[in-house]
Amino acid sequence: MILALRLSFRQWPVVLSFAVLAFVVLLVLAGPGIVPAEVRELAGDPWEPFGAEHLLGTDQLGRDLLARMLEGGRLTLFLASAVAVLSFVVGLAFGLLAAFLGGLMDTVLSRLMDIIMALPPLILAILVIALLGNSMPVLVGVLVVFEAPRVFRLARALAMEIMTEDFVTAARLRGEGIGWILAREIAPNAVVPLVAELAMRFVFALLFLSSLSFLGLGVPPPQADWGGMARENAPALGFGLPAPIVPAAAIAAVALAVNQIADWLVAASGRRAARRG
Amino acid sequence: MTEPLLRIRDLCIQAAGKRGVTELLRGISLDLHAGEVLGLIGESGAGKSTIGLAAMGHIRPGCQAVRGQVLFQGQDLLRASARALRGVRGGGIAYVAQSAAAAFNPSFTLGAQIDEVLRRFDSRGPAQRRQRIIELMGRLGLPDPAGFYDRYPHQVSGGQLQRAMTAMALAPRPKIIVFDEPTTALDVTTQLGVLAAIRQAIRQEQAAALYISHDLAIVSQVAGRIMVLRGGALVEEGPAREVVERPREAYTRSLLQVGTQPASPRDPSPAPPLLTVRGMRAGFGPFRVLHDIDLTVRKGRTLAVVGESGSGKSTLARVIAGLHAAEDGQVVFAGQPLPRALKQRSRDLLRRVQMVFQSADTALNPSQTVGDIIGRPIRFYFNPPRAEVGQRVAALLEAVELAPELADRRPMALSGGQRQRVAIARALAAEPDLILCDEVTSALDPLVGEGVLKLLDRLRRERGVSYLFITHDLGVVRSIADDIVVMERGRIIESGSRDEVLAPPWHPTTEILLASQPSTAAGWLDRALERRNRLLAGDPNPEAAIAPPPLAANLVTP
Repeated sequence: MILALRLSFRQWPVVLSFAVLAFVVLLVLAGPGIVPAEVRELAGDPWEPFGAEHLLGTDQLGRDLLARMLEGGRLTLFLASAVAVLSFVVGLAFGLLAAFLGGLMDTVLSRLMDIIMALPPLILAILVIALLGNSMPVLVGVLVVFEAPRVFRLARALAMEIMTEDFVTAARLRGEGIGWILAREIAPNAVVPLVAELAMRFVFALLFLSSLSFLGLGVPPPQADWGGMARENAPALGFGLPAPIVPAAAIAAVALAVNQIADWLVAASGRRAARRG
Repeated sequence: MTEPLLRIRDLCIQAAGKRGVTELLRGISLDLHAGEVLGLIGESGAGKSTIGLAAMGHIRPGCQAVRGQVLFQGQDLLRASARALRGVRGGGIAYVAQSAAAAFNPSFTLGAQIDEVLRRFDSRGPAQRRQRIIELMGRLGLPDPAGFYDRYPHQVSGGQLQRAMTAMALAPRPKIIVFDEPTTALDVTTQLGVLAAIRQAIRQEQAAALYISHDLAIVSQVAGRIMVLRGGALVEEGPAREVVERPREAYTRSLLQVGTQPASPRDPSPAPPLLTVRGMRAGFGPFRVLHDIDLTVRKGRTLAVVGESGSGKSTLARVIAGLHAAEDGQVVFAGQPLPRALKQRSRDLLRRVQMVFQSADTALNPSQTVGDIIGRPIRFYFNPPRAEVGQRVAALLEAVELAPELADRRPMALSGGQRQRVAIARALAAEPDLILCDEVTSALDPLVGEGVLKLLDRLRRERGVSYLFITHDLGVVRSIADDIVVMERGRIIESGSRDEVLAPPWHPTTEILLASQPSTAAGWLDRALERRNRLLAGDPNPEAAIAPPPLAANLVTP
């Protein structure tokens, strides 16, 4: 790996972000083992406050909120990761291809991506989900279509820049195929900015997914992701109860943490570029 | 003796990096008096630019002055306030950088940008300032100075831009001007004119100057006194003529010897053609870059393609390599026609023609190790067992005089000369018949470049490989070429064996190139200018031609 990333404690927001992210991920993965209470059982009254029995209180049906949060967290983080990785792979493949092939292929792909980016994502997503029903594959598919063009643009720009370097010319002169040049000559030199982009895609996927669920178009019940839980518990705000704040805070915390890490990666890649120039 | 204008005392500058502290300057002292030109000479890393910047009270980020003083008219610039420095910079001490193209803003006219500096120090009105700038532009030999004032940077040539930057520095009548490699990025023939203009302007303005260059010949023409630097320390110092004619230190002598060894003897026996180009034409859209090119590279010999930038020599290499399609013409390689497009060439044909690029920094993939870089062509073309690849890589590294242990390093961890050697090893790994060398030494320090040339010539003798060698440097040509073609504006204007082309009588263009080749000889600049002007005027004075140019002086036909 050519990533020589160093992290000092002076960059405490980044360190904190890593800590928050690790905490949430571990908790969510260990989920069922931590909370003995049966999730689907009605364990208490609706919207009980924070307490010893139910650490984060109960939801609108009296289920343990912590248990629901852990269950919903798995779903949320899994869906957001799936969208980020898929859109990254799709965007990267087409971006590199467009840069390398150039000409008509590049024009067609680039304009197609421009068109997608010009469309209002939320409204279109609502339309598609209304037509196809809100299953998880549809949800992921729609999000990938809207996220991939951003990765495409970055991958294409990076590849275009790297392609002007003589080592790519040397590979072409050697007779190397397109696969080798893209995978071995170009991609490794674009790793850091692309990893940062992957992190950014995760943030946007998380927020988009949560928005859809909050609008009732996300994960179909009885399962609920964090966005869906915020929606279910939203009426509690009217009684001055904190239940919907918990999933909302979790979404915000994860989004902010990943965003910080992405920023740090971008800065690190900038330093690397400066050293090379 | 009067008080010096600039006095640097025991200056030590350090850079703190990952691997500890690097000393950029180790106790440098110098005095610069009014009207004096002091030349600072050395290879990269010698600390000459660091001195130039320190003279303006600037220390690059990440570095710090741990000791010493920079006194300008008694004021220590290293401890001066930002406000005091603003008063000194531009008005008291001005700076001319290597790349004028990067120093000008493309959105404003040249005159406006020069005036931006001038009006901070000149209380006169706009009309008088404009007058001053136009006068300076004329003095620097810029064409139609009044019209030039209103031109934009992209509308003028590189040499003119460098003159405009000199005008910018001179405009507020500074006491000292720091020239940091002002002609390094220019062609030899352009360099000649710019150099003369700079020298004349310094004299007329009666300014003092620090003239920084890696080229001892250039400095010796401009400076009265020379300091030779190496690794941040002074090697020797003295009057320019004395340093050039009677150098005390071995290092100075080695710098002086670059490109002046007697031309290596060439094998006069005939050799069969390897690559023949006939009637080649190429261009970019409506712009024709190459017109009817005919040339022959002989087997086991070196053909040098010489010309100024813009003469089409790099396009020629790209067309032969298959990177740019010719419009017309034939290329025959080893008896068979060479297809124009890369895709139509067989893998074996690709293997037999390799290329080495000007800048090894971008020619080597920074994410791969040296072993990967050299090993790839071996695997790609020959695909031997894994263990053998490693052995071959080690053998190739030894062939280019590098330690086999370097195979685990990445290009970033190598010096410029080492990188170029790795690039050569990569070309050799394919066991080619022909290597296209595109200005392979022009980005290297003179001594390092000379080592690379010697290596290439040894490899040619040992392995029987042929070179097509693109260069603008006749010193390079003289040391390694068997045959030469001279190009001008996309045409070949002269061709023949090295000794034919470089010995009189010369073609006027060849003679201009020869005359422009910097020399340490006293009065070279004036003679070269005079001769060039006469040649450009179309009057090849036979008397001037009889006096051999400094470069061809050692050329004795065997």
